[in-house]
Amino acid sequence: MTASFLATRLTMLVVTVLVASLGIYGAFMLAPGDPATLLVGGARKPDPAVLDRIRAEYHLDDPFFAGWWHWFSGCLHGDFGRSLVYRDSVGHLIGERAGDTFALVAYAAVLVLVLGTAIGTVAALRGGRTEALLTAATSGVMAVPTFIMSVLLIWVFAVELPWFPVYGSGTGFGGTLSHLTLPAVALAVSWVGYVAQVTRTSVRTELRGEHVETARSRGVPESVVIRRHVLRNASGPIFAVSGVGIAGLIATTAVAEQAFGIGGLGALMIDAALKQDLAVVQAVSLLFVVLFVAVNTVVDLVSAALDPRTAQGGSR
Amino acid sequence: MSAAAPLLDIRGLRIDLPTGAGSATAVHRVDLALAAGEAAALVGESGSGKSLTARSVLRLLPPGAEVHGELRFAGESVPGMSRTRLREFRAGEVAMVFQDPRAHINPARSVGDFLVEGLTAARGVPVREARRRVEAVLQEVGIPDAERRMRQRPGELSGGLLQRVMIAAALAAEPKLLLADEPTTALDVTTQEEVMAIVTEAREARGLAMLFITHDLELAAAVCDRVVVMYAGSTVEELPSGALHHGAAHPYTRALLASRPSVGDTASGLRAIAGRPLSGFEVPAGCSFAPRCPRARDACRTDTPLLRAAGTGTSACHYPHITEEAEQRA
Repeated sequence: MTASFLATRLTMLVVTVLVASLGIYGAFMLAPGDPATLLVGGARKPDPAVLDRIRAEYHLDDPFFAGWWHWFSGCLHGDFGRSLVYRDSVGHLIGERAGDTFALVAYAAVLVLVLGTAIGTVAALRGGRTEALLTAATSGVMAVPTFIMSVLLIWVFAVELPWFPVYGSGTGFGGTLSHLTLPAVALAVSWVGYVAQVTRTSVRTELRGEHVETARSRGVPESVVIRRHVLRNASGPIFAVSGVGIAGLIATTAVAEQAFGIGGLGALMIDAALKQDLAVVQAVSLLFVVLFVAVNTVVDLVSAALDPRTAQGGSR
Repeated sequence: MSAAAPLLDIRGLRIDLPTGAGSATAVHRVDLALAAGEAAALVGESGSGKSLTARSVLRLLPPGAEVHGELRFAGESVPGMSRTRLREFRAGEVAMVFQDPRAHINPARSVGDFLVEGLTAARGVPVREARRRVEAVLQEVGIPDAERRMRQRPGELSGGLLQRVMIAAALAAEPKLLLADEPTTALDVTTQEEVMAIVTEAREARGLAMLFITHDLELAAAVCDRVVVMYAGSTVEELPSGALHHGAAHPYTRALLASRPSVGDTASGLRAIAGRPLSGFEVPAGCSFAPRCPRARDACRTDTPLLRAAGTGTSACHYPHITEEAEQRA
């Protein structure tokens, strides 16, 4: 991996976050009505003195870029402002809830990677009826949105079979694991299908590769051929799709958190949006963008390490 | 040919490949024997089945392919080998050099990984020992900065260098037979010569037998002891390399020789063989070359000729062309 490739990827990360922050801040300024009124969070008519204080605190009378910079640089220093609805600092609100969301997304990401590649590999290697069956199943599952899957899982595992708890996030490692299993499955399932499909095609293509024939002609055991030649070379597209999937989990976590009553960042964002607490919505949105872009960058770097041709600009 | 059992003995080899409906015969009849240390060239046009024949020695055929006839290595039947024995056989007795090293060497892994794998993964040689052996072979094939090359990726090496790496990988396994499937076709002419010189030198140093697959008659005669010509899935003529120009008895071999352009003979232009080459799949009854043969008679269209002595070699032709010179030599 070259230093210039690393530098390019990191520059792109910074630029994306900057543009996104402008978008988030700009959307808030463009929202109908007086931003100060929105920040107070109410439909009722607020005290003009309070509004003036808020304008000063949020630099609402400053020019756009100055206001943006004030907010953004604050975020960089960990100062996300204060929530008027929750009467707490936004940083503290986020810190309290980040753990649950992180655990949920990590759990779902593991499911996507492990189950997706395993199902896809088995389908490609077995072929025939197994492949047809797995392909049909994963295609079907890809089409199920998280909120439907959530309702389905709650119905099966709460109403019919009492196997997993369906509310809250539990305590301790075991408790967290059992509480988060259903939401993680609901979140991961369509991406498991997607990753399985990509794995299957990618492994099939590599299996026909000439370098695989060479390895076989040298008496390399089949298990080693599969691991070091087929899976290794197929891992590029698999990682790319998994990366998009895992980043996508961050965006859809709100749905699963809401459905299973987990007090994470997604639930906080929904709640804050309902209560028109824009300081919180802004901060959580920015955090999600940063996480999304960071995951994508990590995936790109991993892909480049796996297949150096990517880092050389795709040429041989 | 020595009186002892040949290293490689192929008799009446037929290969059927699966098609959409049933199967089709791609190789009809190949007879070929190779003594230890001997080099034979398998010459033919694309589709003549020469590559399939070479692959069948390592059982590297597409899934569903059926092999009939006899294929023995040092007396042992190759189609009869168990999975474990086949792996052992591939790892240590026969090595193959493929046509396009860029496609046939894993581009995602380092050159060193590729070279060492044949010893570590296939034979359980410790990594350190494998690296030592591989470095020595790299020196031998003319890659002096072995350590640096082994750290590089295949994409960073030129085609000629990469083919040397492939040859080194084959030699490191210390096989008894080298299968070279058009190893120089993807290279430019000067590199071709270097690569062939390396192969010949390594072969002589080790007493290594070689089956050299090519479509180039001149090259075949230059690097091998014997030339075996294939047409439409069958061996049609076999003769010593030295007799190629004057002793060829089969009309196809003669036509191939006549259609080669030669320097200084620009006036006569290129002579092509009339008609188009047949693949093994579309062979008619009788002699497969009969539709294009200027000497074909009625018998050629009904009876399939088998290899039998003709002139200095053997030829599968009812009416072989026997020159006086060849008769004198025989």
